[in-house]
Amino acid sequence: MNDIFSNPVLAKALPEAIVETLQMVGISAFFTVLVGLPLGVFLHVTAPGGLRPMPVTNRIMSDVIVNITRSIPFAILMVALIPLARLLTGTSLGPIAASVSLSIGTIPFFARLVETCLRDVHHGKIDAAQVMGSTKMQVINKVMLRESLPALVAATTTTVVTLVGYSAMAGLVGGGGLGKLAYNYGFQRFDVTVMIVTIVLIIVLVQVIQLVGEWIARSLDHR
Amino acid sequence: MITVTDLRKVYRQGKKEVVALDGVTLSVPKGSIHGIIGHSGAGKSTLVRCLTLLDRPTAGSVSIDGTELSSVRDSEIRAARRRIGMVFQHANLMDSRTAAGNVAHPLELVRTPKDKIRTKVAELLSLVGLEGFENAYPSQLSGGQRQRVGIARALAADPDVLLCDEPTSALDPATTDEILDLIQDLTRRLQLTVLIITHEMNVVKRVCDSVSLLSKGRIIEHGALQDVAGDLESKLAKALLPLPASEPLKGALQGGPVLEILFAGDNAKEPVLTSVARHFDIDLNVLAGSVETLGGQQFGHLRVQLAENADHDAVLAYLHQRGIGAKLAATKATDSAAPEVSAAPELNDVTGRNL
Repeated sequence: MNDIFSNPVLAKALPEAIVETLQMVGISAFFTVLVGLPLGVFLHVTAPGGLRPMPVTNRIMSDVIVNITRSIPFAILMVALIPLARLLTGTSLGPIAASVSLSIGTIPFFARLVETCLRDVHHGKIDAAQVMGSTKMQVINKVMLRESLPALVAATTTTVVTLVGYSAMAGLVGGGGLGKLAYNYGFQRFDVTVMIVTIVLIIVLVQVIQLVGEWIARSLDHR
Repeated sequence: MITVTDLRKVYRQGKKEVVALDGVTLSVPKGSIHGIIGHSGAGKSTLVRCLTLLDRPTAGSVSIDGTELSSVRDSEIRAARRRIGMVFQHANLMDSRTAAGNVAHPLELVRTPKDKIRTKVAELLSLVGLEGFENAYPSQLSGGQRQRVGIARALAADPDVLLCDEPTSALDPATTDEILDLIQDLTRRLQLTVLIITHEMNVVKRVCDSVSLLSKGRIIEHGALQDVAGDLESKLAKALLPLPASEPLKGALQGGPVLEILFAGDNAKEPVLTSVARHFDIDLNVLAGSVETLGGQQFGHLRVQLAENADHDAVLAYLHQRGIGAKLAATKATDSAAPEVSAAPELNDVTGRNL
């Protein structure tokens, strides 16, 4: 126990690493939902038999973009996207630059989850909304998104947890955060204390995200 | 008043064309309830989708009080839909909305002011007997209560036509009766035009003023309930006044001819059987019977066996003379009613038993 407080690495670098991890997860979660949610809605609505079928566009979006992006291992995608990060943020180092590749890596994943959530909304509800004279946007906003909200919150929770894992990986290629700390000191310098502390912190972070997410989803669910 | 004229719907399945509706024509006057009955695959669902414009009919027209619906432009389709309120088999309520929220849904779509929504919702919920359930979520309501919310929601936009797609098929018998009584009551009070699509003959018996039998995309029989029930040859009459498949009565009057007799309206009150027995001085035996009140009139459907030596042609003539429907079902009790079973294949499935 004494070891933890006297460890110079932890005392100096840990607070910064925690902030960097939270920054990476926060920024990329924001952009993932911002882009992934509409993309998921688009994939669902334009699918054959959907609200506004667009077979060709849907095929291209679904097969080419989402599936190809998702089939590239994240570690490789991250390295491949360094030039893009530099273009957008002016640097390839630090949590903000890492958020670019993190977002791009998780957007297709999240979009697929959203698509699945929306597909679970019973078709009768959409028929009912259309018969009462809803526009397509009203069907999407007032029925699809509203009715699947508990599921969407759960999907977001899963995505944020995944982002915590990815952010540790991003630490290795210059993103910083707890991942970098664990790798540089825990792994390369055999500092077991640092390794254990970072692991525990990541576990706590994931637990907190999971609990909060589940609590929100439950309080929204009236089924 | 809703009028459907020569409605056709053809689906393409690969290279094959599937005719789902083959010229459906019907008309329901304001303030009355029309039942459309048919078994699965008869085209009921397609008819519903064409009436609500969820699907465009291939040909033909649907009009409400003279306003054509089926040919409106896409931009006007939503206004046209609001003239039809729809009640679904499983209510199809939004789980994330309370009872009041569900009823308010159609009103929100056209940006009704909040205070106006509140009064209208309270009014509708009390109309369907759900005062005090405003804040209940669908999961906290029973099936019958959910359907009541569904009905209130369907009426929220003040539609002219109420379209009910199997409204009671998911409910138990007691709740079915409650919901049907509510639909009937609302029809009279709000002067609605109601179409009930169903596979249950009981629904037709209980609330419908007129009925159509849909089979293979066509209406093969239709008319006021009293008229179809009074016609011994109609398939609907056999379903409305079902007789059990007859077992020959062992030992009793063996070998005598079997008649089917249908009393309608005032005839049902006369003691016809005893007068036949007295007039011809023969014995009669009732093998099966079914008595119903349909559209406020009494109906009786009997299968009667005459004594072996009886002159069945004379008896039939006697009955016809009195305006009573009657026909020879079999000359011998042993083969009675055998042809009847296959005579109405459209309805064997409907009622779930042989007629």
